[in-house]
Amino acid sequence: MTAPSANQDFPPPKILTHPSTSPPTLITQGAEGRLYKTTHLLPTLPCALKYRPPKPYRHPALDARLTRARISAEAKVLERCWREGVPVPAVYAMDAARGWLAMEWIEGVPVRVGINNFLGEGEETQTKGEGELVDLMKRIGEAVGKLHRTGVVHGDLTTSNMMLRPRSGTQVNGESEATGRDDRVKVLEGEVVLIDFGLATQSMSDEDRAVDLYVLERAFASTHPRAERLFGAILDEYKTTFKKAPSVLAKLEDVRMRGRKRSMLG
Amino acid sequence: MDITKKRRRIALGCEGSANKLGVGVILHEGDLSDPSSCTSTVLSNVRHTFVSPPGTGFLPKDTAHHHRSWFVRVAQQALTDAGLSPHEIDCICYTRGPGMGAPLTSVAIAARTLALLWNKPLVGVNHCVGHIEMGRAITGASHPVVLYVSGGNTQVIAYAEQRYRIFGETLDIAVGNCLDRFARALEISNDPAPGYNIEQLAKKGGRVLLDLPYAVKGMDCSFSGILTRVEELAAQMKAGQGKGPDGEPYTAADLCFSLQETVFAMLVEITERAMAHVGSSQVLIVGGVGCNERLQEMMGAMAADRGGSVYATDERFCIDNGIMIAHAGLLAYETGFETPIEESTCTQRFRTDEVLVKWRK
Repeated sequence: MTAPSANQDFPPPKILTHPSTSPPTLITQGAEGRLYKTTHLLPTLPCALKYRPPKPYRHPALDARLTRARISAEAKVLERCWREGVPVPAVYAMDAARGWLAMEWIEGVPVRVGINNFLGEGEETQTKGEGELVDLMKRIGEAVGKLHRTGVVHGDLTTSNMMLRPRSGTQVNGESEATGRDDRVKVLEGEVVLIDFGLATQSMSDEDRAVDLYVLERAFASTHPRAERLFGAILDEYKTTFKKAPSVLAKLEDVRMRGRKRSMLG
Repeated sequence: MDITKKRRRIALGCEGSANKLGVGVILHEGDLSDPSSCTSTVLSNVRHTFVSPPGTGFLPKDTAHHHRSWFVRVAQQALTDAGLSPHEIDCICYTRGPGMGAPLTSVAIAARTLALLWNKPLVGVNHCVGHIEMGRAITGASHPVVLYVSGGNTQVIAYAEQRYRIFGETLDIAVGNCLDRFARALEISNDPAPGYNIEQLAKKGGRVLLDLPYAVKGMDCSFSGILTRVEELAAQMKAGQGKGPDGEPYTAADLCFSLQETVFAMLVEITERAMAHVGSSQVLIVGGVGCNERLQEMMGAMAADRGGSVYATDERFCIDNGIMIAHAGLLAYETGFETPIEESTCTQRFRTDEVLVKWRK
């Protein structure tokens, strides 16, 4: 059986070659592995299948150990989040030894794309519609707060690992180019869903939670330098959502100071 | 004469942030208003390394003494190799940081002396930016994700909006420091470099892969726990108690092999994550650990898997050298940057992302 997708340069995992499988589409080749869109059980139920192929650069023993541990940890963590009401995809099926995990398909675009569409190409710092951007930051802070409340740290919080899922009933075309002001604001709408739990761990420690926030802060500053000054809105909402936030934020101060070769002046 | 109007621009660079003392001379040719016409030529690249006995590391005081004793000889050799007299040089560049305090200071004093002696402007350079710019110039990589790995630094860097932004870095010790200290535990020779000797020894190992911690946090990583564990395994081996997963005793070569496989897999993984994040398929490895051929091979396999390629240089440019300071300093000088002599300090802490990269779009 051949897949119709034009961007399919790699052999798909065996699970996607069964005659009963809907033709898979390769969505991305992330660092963690490949993400396919296919269906689960019913041809009408879309699903995301994450596959961690063997890494050619890694020693086979190390590779097998990491792949198995990561797939099963990811499934456990997603299951726990789902049960506790954190916005994450639901787990449908998995096979840790063969390196795959099937989960709910999340519609929409990554938050990174939403913010970049919003900020556009302009050189100037945007002030128009900044309220909507702050509102999105709050939704991010809320999602991360709920996650930490559940006893899970993500391990790789970036704006690429969050989706903007259109609220049910609204029609949003994720592919459309933002043109007018209304469209520009609209790109920020939707529910924030956390994805890619490939590096997530179960942890209740302030240290791990603070490192999680620190990774997000740094990734945010390097991906959206022009929106960096709004980052505080994420932490404010995090504090509102998660009652143990104050000690985490105090730890975050320590973690920031720990970065190497940082200037000790001022 | 206005530097931006000159067609031939020459800088002398002085590096001494760790145990390598380097002086190099670089020539930039072409019209600055047309960057594509500009070329860089290495006129000389002289280095002298302070090597400490097996089982020890290099201490700041001894290293600074080494740099002071060798500076004049190394600088004279660099001028002789370049076939230049001092009046042909446009500026003197030196490493402002980051690095070890005492060695940095001794080389900064030497650079200041040259600037006053020859009446030349002084340019302070960030060591990490020096590595990145030299790597780009030698390999021709235009917009790579940079893995900067050495005895003092471990960073994954990508350029955006006039800064080299740090995407990931070590949370504790540098990868090269982990390797250097492990070499001390096994009392492997520091000549020519501990990392080089570990690499050679690792080629004889590989019967087993010993289980070591694997510490990646997002795009950051940590090496101190791995060092502790591998030192424990080394102590068990010396006591004749070390057994691998197959029940057979493991050797020093197996330890070197396992350490390299584990820490390099971590580095390749965080680099891959940064590449996926910024959508780049080029990767440039710089810094002393970047000479390791196993690391280059693993990075190459990852890059090929992503449809890209790896760019690396050899020991002349990977390991600390004066030419990279001259090159990065001259790039800054051409945009009008200068370090007045009364501000020509140096600092142990100087982050890569503090430098305004005016010479790139």
